[in-house]
Order: sequence, then C-alpha cells, then structure tokens
Amino acid sequence: MDQRLITAAIVVFGVPAVLVGYIWLTERILRIMPEQRQGRIRPWIWIAPALLFLVVFLVYPTLNTLVLSFQDRAGTAFVGLANYEYFFTSSSTLISLRNSVLWVIFMTVGVVGLGLIIAILVDRVRYEPIAKSVIFVPLAISFVAASIIWTFMYQFRAPGTTQTGTLNAVLELVGVAPSAFIQTAPLNNFFLIIVGIWMWTGFAMVILSAGLKGISTELLEAARVDGANEWQVFRGIIFPLLLPTVFVVGTTIVITALKSFDIVYTMTSGNFETDVIAHRMYQEMFINGHFGRASAVAIVLLVAIIPFMVLNIKRFREQEAIR
Amino acid sequence: MNQGSRRWRGIAALAGAGLLAVVACTPAAETGGTEVSVIGTWGGSEQESFLAMVAPWEESTGNKVKYTGTRDINAVLTTGVASGILPDLAGLPGPGQMVAWAQAGALKPLDEVLDLETYRADTSAAFVDLGTVDGNVVGVFIKSALKGLIWYNPNVFSGSAPTTWDAVMGTDSGSAESLWCVGLESGAASGWPGTDWIEDFVLRQSGPDVYDAWVNGTHAWSSPEIKSAFEAFGEVLDASFGGADTVVSTNFGTAGNPLFTDSPGCLFHHQASFITDFFKEQGGAVDGEFDFFPMPDINPAYAGAFTGAGDLFGMFNDTPAARDLLKYLVTAEAQQIWVSRGGALSGNTKVTEYPDEVSARSAAALGSAKIFRFDGGDLMPTALQSAFFKAMVDFAQDQSALDSILAELDAASESARAG
Repeated sequence: MDQRLITAAIVVFGVPAVLVGYIWLTERILRIMPEQRQGRIRPWIWIAPALLFLVVFLVYPTLNTLVLSFQDRAGTAFVGLANYEYFFTSSSTLISLRNSVLWVIFMTVGVVGLGLIIAILVDRVRYEPIAKSVIFVPLAISFVAASIIWTFMYQFRAPGTTQTGTLNAVLELVGVAPSAFIQTAPLNNFFLIIVGIWMWTGFAMVILSAGLKGISTELLEAARVDGANEWQVFRGIIFPLLLPTVFVVGTTIVITALKSFDIVYTMTSGNFETDVIAHRMYQEMFINGHFGRASAVAIVLLVAIIPFMVLNIKRFREQEAIR
Repeated sequence: MNQGSRRWRGIAALAGAGLLAVVACTPAAETGGTEVSVIGTWGGSEQESFLAMVAPWEESTGNKVKYTGTRDINAVLTTGVASGILPDLAGLPGPGQMVAWAQAGALKPLDEVLDLETYRADTSAAFVDLGTVDGNVVGVFIKSALKGLIWYNPNVFSGSAPTTWDAVMGTDSGSAESLWCVGLESGAASGWPGTDWIEDFVLRQSGPDVYDAWVNGTHAWSSPEIKSAFEAFGEVLDASFGGADTVVSTNFGTAGNPLFTDSPGCLFHHQASFITDFFKEQGGAVDGEFDFFPMPDINPAYAGAFTGAGDLFGMFNDTPAARDLLKYLVTAEAQQIWVSRGGALSGNTKVTEYPDEVSARSAAALGSAKIFRFDGGDLMPTALQSAFFKAMVDFAQDQSALDSILAELDAASESARAG
C-alpha cells in the first residue's frame, strides 16, 4: 500500500483515536478518586497534553537558550557573562540596540497614531468599507514582499542618470537632487520604519475602528449638542473610552517592532547602521555560527519584551473582568 | 434540526473519505529518476548557464537536478551543517570554510567518486590542491575566474594599456565622467567586490607571503601593509562614478553599465572575468564593446601576480545520483558548456574552446600567471568573510573610520578562528 495512504489513515483516524483514548483512560483513573477532587484535577489532566507541548517546544528551548548564552561559540565551555559583555560594549551591537529603541518608539507611535486618525476619519465617510480595505491590504503582504516594494520605491541611481526609484523620480521632477534614502544613516532607519508603519497601520485601524463603533452615539451626540467641538469630543470622550484598545494595540505593535527582522534583512542586510536586535541574532547564529552570542541576544530580546507581555496580559484580564 | 445535523455528519464523513481517496490516487513521484538537490549562489543568467550545463546529464540519466540559488549561501550552509539538513551538492563559500566542514565530517570525501587519475591529470595543480583536505579531495571547481582585470570600452578608451598602477590612476578620464565605476551591492554579500580590490592591492603591494599570512590570520588587519591597500582603494573610491552613495547602492552586475552609455559614466571597471556575461545581459553591450587589461604591478618585486577564484562544489549527501552528477561536472565536456556560453573559465586543461577573444585571453593569463593566489575572502572562515564584506561597505561610506574598521576586523578574525 502507498506510504502516503498509510500516513493519511494514521493521521485521520489515529489522532482522534489517541485523544479519545486518553480522555477515556483518565476518566477511569479519576473515577477512583473522591468527588470533590475530581472536579479540581480534571482540568489539569485535560490540559496536560497541551502543557506538554508548551514545555517541550517553548519552555525547554528558552531555558536551553539561557544556558547557551553563558557558553562559548560551540556551546561546550562556560564563559560567564562574556557574551553579554560583548553585546553591551561592541559598537555594532550598540547601534542595533539604539535602532531597536527607535523602532519601538516610532513604529508604535506611527502605527497607533495613524491608525487612530484614519479610524476616526473613515468613520464619517460613506465609502468606509473601501477605504478600510485599501489601508488594510498591506497587512496581507509578506514582510519580504513589502520590503522589496519599498526597495524599489527608495532606489537610488547616480545623480544625472535616470532615476528608477519612485521617490527619487518625483524628487527629480521637482528639481531636487536624488537622495540615497536607504544608505544614508541615521535617517535611513526612519525610512525603514515607514515600511513597518505602512504594513501595520491597517491592523491598528481595524481594531480601533471596531472600538470606535462601540462608543455609544448618544454620548457623542449629547456632547455635540452641549456645544463641544470635534477636538473636545475626541479628547474628552473618544480617546479615554478607546484607551484600553489603544493600549492593547500599542503593546502588540511594540512586540512586532522588536521582532522586525525581515525589513532590515531584505533592504539593507544590516548595513548602513540599520541593524536591529533580531537581525543581530540571525547574524550571530547563522553567519558567524556563534551559539553563545546569538543566545545572549535572544535573551536580551526576551527580557525586553517581557514587561510588554505582562502589561498586555494584565490589561486583557482587566477587560475580561469588566465583561 | 436532528435531520440537518445528521446530514452534515454524513457530508463530513464523505469529505473525509474523499480526501483519503484523493491522497491515494495522486500519482507517486515519476519513476525512473531521482532528484539531486543542488544549492548555489547563481541567479539570473548564471543560473541558466548552470542548468544548461547539467541538461545533457539529466537527459542521459533521466535524473532531475533541483537547483536553488541564494546569495546568502554562507548562512544557509552553516545552518545546514548544524541541523543536518543539507542539499546533495552545494557550491561552497570557499576553500577556507570547506576545510572546517570536511574535518567536521559534513563534506564527503570524493576519492571514490571521481576518477582521481584523470582528474589530477586534467586539472591544474593549484585547483586540485585547493580542494584537498588531509590528503582527500573534498571540493572540485565547476568553473573558475580570473580576478584583477580592468575592463574598458575600446570605443571610449583607445590608448594603450597602462603598465603601472600610477599610470592607471593618472589616466585622463576624457569623455567619461569619472575614472572608475564601482558597485558593492549584492544582497547579504554586499561589499564583496571591494574585497577583491583589497586582495589585489595586498598581493601587488606587499607580495604573496604577506598575502598568505594575512589570509591565515597571522598578519594583522591593522598592519601598515593592509592599511595601505585600503588607502589605495580609498583613492579609487574618490574617483568613482556617482560618489559613495552610488557605489554602495549599485549592484555588482550593473556596476559596469556606465561604460557603455552614450555619455559614458566611467573609463575603467575592475572585476573578474565572469563579468562579460553581465555586460551583455545587463549592460546591453556587444562583443567588441568591452576589453580588458590586467591590473598592473605595483611593486616590481611581485610582478606577474594574479588573484583568481572558482566555484567550489562539494558533496554533503553521498547518494549514487549525486556521485554521478559530480563526476559529470568535472569533465571537460560539462565545463566546456558554460565556457562556451561565456563568462566562465575552467580549471580543466582540456577545455580549449572560447566563445570570444576576451575569454581566450583571460584563460591564457590564468594559465601563465607567475604568482597565482586564490581569492582571499573565500579562504577565510565565513564569519570573517562576512565581516570583511561589511567592512568594505562601511569603508566606502566613511573612509575616515578606517582605523576602527581594521580594529574590528582584527577582533572578528580572532573570534572567527577561536573554538
């Protein structure tokens, strides 16, 4: 019989069979225990397979990375804090640290701010669905595809020759000398961040728009009847009510900004002082083959993200409690 | 409701059975032919040439070559060696890394794959030695290239080839805007054309012994010899078309295009012999619009020195089909295919037909070089080579940072060779 038929049969019948069998077995075991205990233990037993997956594929690698970060290149001998020392003293990694901070600040402010403005503006217009779709589309493109699109937008040719990049062509049209957007530090970081903003604004806009629609119109009308102008309505009513949503979107974007690797990898390969922590990690691991340093970078990234994750979960819990 | 849910369950069961049937009935892989996976750095026209090279083998054996091209081959193979997931054959970054992988057991020895006697007899000794580790042949050269050639357009530069480096730098650019065209961009390997420049300068300024020690890591990057090579390149950059911004953002394949424009951007372009393919495909040049002279000597004590390189192939998975393909790739017939298409030279001495005079001349120069050295960057460990690439981009943007760039390269060299 064809190997693939056997594999398909195993998957289609075997996986549900194993799960059902597991539940049946644990129920037999639980029946032995007293009634009250059953209720408390059962949830844990049912989660156990999923927990096992988490431990094997999430917890164990994290701990292993932590251990590796204190070891040398090949992961054989311990070198204490040498890798962290390298990370915080080497000029190239310090630049990547600075750039990651820039990404976090500007991408978050950009995405959330722009998303909010667009959500509010688009709320009042009849062609709202079309506008929202157009803004949302970049999110459906892969990071690499977006990076290639923008590489063409920013492309630079020697002054005097035909400009092949859209932005430089426009600049030439109005008589300004073409500019090497991606290659000129430190502003090139912002041009890369713009790519990230372009991609993720749709995400923020959609969520904030949903939140906006949740604000009762009577509240807004009452305010307007009382004589508040649009800015006062926004500042006094819309923004405070949207704040939890803004917060959740914000923390998600912060995590995305810290993770952003594809844009830097595709557009500059980390050259021209555009390196970010995630790209540094890739460089150390796969090009330099230095397990210790790559793990140290990974741990730094993890530690940087943890506060935002904690905040996000706290907020999420508060929102659930209100419900 | 009950009837409805029963109907849905019936549909679901039918769909599941249908899925199984589809899986069972899809035909298995074509019988009578295995797939050989190959990874290389070639894309575009170079990729087409490689596929043309393996086409006769595919026809005669019925096997299929699955080729993937990536400029990031250093990272792909480093990951592969660590994870164990490797292609059957791969273009290796260079003899330097090849040694490490052979000693780690990732690369399989080829002594039983090749007909060693014929191989040694047909291939120039330098190339055989470069592919040998601890007495076993581990890497073979699919094609080779001569580096350190200065290309020009005979319609623009009609003078005689300068015989000293000072004469080259002192040439009046005439109708061309600048003296040199330089392009460093190449994806993850951006900066590599700059490394060719530095190697040529080191070899001609300081000689083969300094070159070898520098490549081995025993001669410091921050030494005056290496520094003067960088400074010489700095002078070239100052006389380059478009300035630093253009240099770092222009792809190596299109960097020579200004040689052929109506009002030429530059007079000279320094690049290896394989660039002719790019001149024709990307620059729209025709035969007769480009010619070369070898980069002149700088220190007469080291006259007749040339750098060259080759595309080194190794076998990671010992399968019969992979063995067969590798055996085929070193034959003169196979290598002749790419050479005839243009843009390649061969280490196989039986390859004698060249598509044009330019290729024939570069092959002759390769064969008769008094001092021949393999590309230095390829001989270094990949981590150091990547740092070298990056250093060239940094240097092109800010020449005043030379001392710190060289110090960082020293640190990278130490860290790359440790452990």
